[in-house]
Amino acid sequence: MKSRSPFLLSGLAVAVAHLAFAQGAHMTLPRTVEAGSMFSIRSAGSGKATLYIVGPGQVLKRDVQLGEAILFPAGTLYNAGHYLAVLAGGSSTESNSFDVVPATTAANLSFLAKPSRLAVGLHDGITGAVYVFDAYHNLIDVPTPVSFELSTPAGTVQKRVVVTHEGAAWAALDSTAQQGKDRFVARIGDVPSTRIIEQVPGDPCGLKMNARQSGQRVQLVTDPVRDCSGNAVPDGTIVTFTEIYNGTQSTIDEPLKHGIAEVTMQVHAGAKLSVASGVVMGNQIGWNK
Amino acid sequence: MTALKFLLILCMGFASTSDSMADQVAVRVEPMSLQGPRPLSDQSKAAVIRDYLQAWHGFHAALEQNRPELLEADFVGTAKDKLSYTVQLQRKFAIQTQYHDRSHDLQIVFYSPDGMSVELTDKVVFDVQVVDHGKVITTQRESARYLIVLTPAEVRWRVRVFQSMPE
Repeated sequence: MKSRSPFLLSGLAVAVAHLAFAQGAHMTLPRTVEAGSMFSIRSAGSGKATLYIVGPGQVLKRDVQLGEAILFPAGTLYNAGHYLAVLAGGSSTESNSFDVVPATTAANLSFLAKPSRLAVGLHDGITGAVYVFDAYHNLIDVPTPVSFELSTPAGTVQKRVVVTHEGAAWAALDSTAQQGKDRFVARIGDVPSTRIIEQVPGDPCGLKMNARQSGQRVQLVTDPVRDCSGNAVPDGTIVTFTEIYNGTQSTIDEPLKHGIAEVTMQVHAGAKLSVASGVVMGNQIGWNK
Repeated sequence: MTALKFLLILCMGFASTSDSMADQVAVRVEPMSLQGPRPLSDQSKAAVIRDYLQAWHGFHAALEQNRPELLEADFVGTAKDKLSYTVQLQRKFAIQTQYHDRSHDLQIVFYSPDGMSVELTDKVVFDVQVVDHGKVITTQRESARYLIVLTPAEVRWRVRVFQSMPE
């Protein structure tokens, strides 16, 4: 019996040591933590240990007392991501992972609107894309409705509501009939992001000229040049006047001034006169004088 | 590019200083599940994936060597800021972390209408080793689902959002 006691004692000591090892660095932690929120990790055992929380977005290191709850005040861990918690105490180490998830409240929108300038009356001519972030610039992946609104100075509003997918949403809207600076707003709750979209007149529509004798020459004058929505085409837009006579063509390019284009040219009797701007053809006149 | 899944095994020679952990990375690219009106050409898709996987090299190196400048080539904006901050904290605590991606399962999910951003998801299996004052504290195999947003720079795509989510 005597000879066995040391063995039993040593076996008991080993068992106790194993128990101490198991309890030396044991922790219980939440599977997920909302970014920036308070949380705690419970530790078991006794003695001192070091706690590491390691992830691509943040790293924490703390000396802790085993057996006590380790408290992390609000704002301590705020970058979303997958983290490894490592509790190292003496010769024992326990590791476990958890996720910091984005806060559910949107605080920032990354709003990309294109183009900043376009012609009126284009179907789906304006597009907006949004990425939704929380206050810590974490991308919120929970489906979230985003409102896209395009409003003209006259008060006309187009609106689309799109739910985000993987933190992103997009919408296409028509440019309106009136030229001017429109406000393009993406909004989640009371978080807006605004872009200005300038709508400019489109191509000339119903381009028409008149001709009259002016001494030995002919004066060609357009009516006020407007697009198909009635917006004045901007001064400087080139209007081309063409004379075709006996197989020969002569042209004069003239920019719009005060909304009209006007030239005086030598015209042969029997010539055909035409007017155009870009790819838009206007009327033709047969000159027989 | 067919609509079927395909498997790429990319032999990626890591420029990591930890040669012992250098290894092949399995990369699977799922068919695109694209929202947005703009098609993404095969060439652009290949460039996005190439540049994203390349970014993991910069990520490894920066966090292993605690050198934020190694993020410059691959990261921009929020992603670069957050990773740089992590490197600062690691320096402060004399910690190094070694991340080694083992496999990627990628899917492109969004191409913005203006062509200025691409979002993809990636189920990544990776090893992470934590080193404190030169002593290895732990090595763990982990998996996470990443959301990544890339934006075009002069000659390549850069990672603007690099964030993992619960699987």
